[in-house]
Amino acid sequence: MLASLQYLLPWDFSPTVLAVCGLSAVLYVRGAAALGRNGIATAAWRSVAFFTGLTLGYVALQTYFDYLSQHMFWVHRLQHLVLHHIAPVLLVAAAPGQVLRQGLPRWARQRLVDPLARQGVLRHGLHVVQHPVIALVLFVGLIYFWLTPAVHFTAMLDADRYLLMNWSMALDGILFWWLMLARRQRQGGLAVGYGVRILVLCVAALLQILLGAYITLHDAVLYDVYGICGRAWAVSPAVDQQLGGLLTWIPPAMMSGLGVIVVLRLALHDSDRRRGRSAARAPGLPIAAP
Amino acid sequence: MLTLGKQAAFQVLRWLAAGLVLLMVAACARPDPPFLLQDISGLMPALEFTLTNQDGRVVSADDFRGRVVLLYFGYTHCPDVCPTTLATLERALRSLGSGAASVRVLFVSVDPQRDTAAVLKPYVGSFGPEFVGLHGEDAALNAITRRYRVAYHREPPDAQGFYAVDHSSAVFVFDRAGKARLLAGAPASATAIGSDLRRLIAGD
Repeated sequence: MLASLQYLLPWDFSPTVLAVCGLSAVLYVRGAAALGRNGIATAAWRSVAFFTGLTLGYVALQTYFDYLSQHMFWVHRLQHLVLHHIAPVLLVAAAPGQVLRQGLPRWARQRLVDPLARQGVLRHGLHVVQHPVIALVLFVGLIYFWLTPAVHFTAMLDADRYLLMNWSMALDGILFWWLMLARRQRQGGLAVGYGVRILVLCVAALLQILLGAYITLHDAVLYDVYGICGRAWAVSPAVDQQLGGLLTWIPPAMMSGLGVIVVLRLALHDSDRRRGRSAARAPGLPIAAP
Repeated sequence: MLTLGKQAAFQVLRWLAAGLVLLMVAACARPDPPFLLQDISGLMPALEFTLTNQDGRVVSADDFRGRVVLLYFGYTHCPDVCPTTLATLERALRSLGSGAASVRVLFVSVDPQRDTAAVLKPYVGSFGPEFVGLHGEDAALNAITRRYRVAYHREPPDAQGFYAVDHSSAVFVFDRAGKARLLAGAPASATAIGSDLRRLIAGD
């Protein structure tokens, strides 16, 4: 029992990850309770999506899984699938902005978060990185950048670069999938048309398929750092690379496919509403732009 | 009047010559040529550990300050990789002549159950006086493997109780100040290692 508990302990303890995940969880619970007192129920599935996404991110970054990610290429690819795709999609699906905001103490909301959200610099910055073309370049570019063999080598040796790599994937994942999957009315001034979103998702899938296929089918070992530092268990470098390549190739493309289905559904829903044939919706939360 | 003018001209010439020499020196002072091994300056933390050596004495990184240190993880029952790597390091050290006295090779055992001080002493001794065998409890061993992002994995024992340990192939090289500088992978040659060690010994 104790022996299995140690797998849950952080491999490289990061106070930042603990603080961000812990604080988000506390804010969400407080916010949902505060809204509940005002008669606004938070849909159960949203809470489930939020906590699943948060837990997956924490597990990927702060348990024995992190050790395996440092010493097995294919587990590393799985870690990034969670950080860059699965956890962000769940967090975006939960649309937790308003709940989290309600979870803040009144002073923090009024003096800290709301003025910060009105800050021009922040809003302009968000406008730049959330331009669909830039968002696409960032999303795919980060994957290509961290998988450049020389860059990957240093990221796996240097603890700081390793943290930077994982944080950049998680943050960019949230930004990208929010831009792709959030309802237009929740995106405010950043709203992107559904057609553009489908195009971006398809191009992202195509570029990830190309990279994944290249890694999977490449004969020579591309990432020798795992051999140098030792693998978590005995797997041949070729098999490790092929598995990692497949995880870069297929599941991300499937996530894009899923994204297209969600976008089509959003588009259908919006056009229904425009025609005034919208079914009575459960009282949703007006979610502001993050 | 004329002599004064000549002297002034001479002074100007001297300054010009001095400037020219300075320029030439500056032109020659190109950045150092790259090392033959993988340069990991700034990527990994400085040398730090507390383990027990082949004489049963507790030693730490401070005991090796002032020497160029090669850090390697392995175990004495290792059938091929460890002896090959240690033999390569031995050849690199022998190529240094008296310079080898400024170098220590730390062989950290990833199999402390079998690699006791009594087992380690003759093993490292067979490679040379610069070779130090280190072992420690799992906690001390994990502290250093975690620090240098090194993995090892004990396979289940066979019918005779023999077991293999998968481990890293890297040799980490630290300079005299204890800073991590170079990384030698398995294919690094004794010549390349010896050449880079000579530069680190010289304080490069």
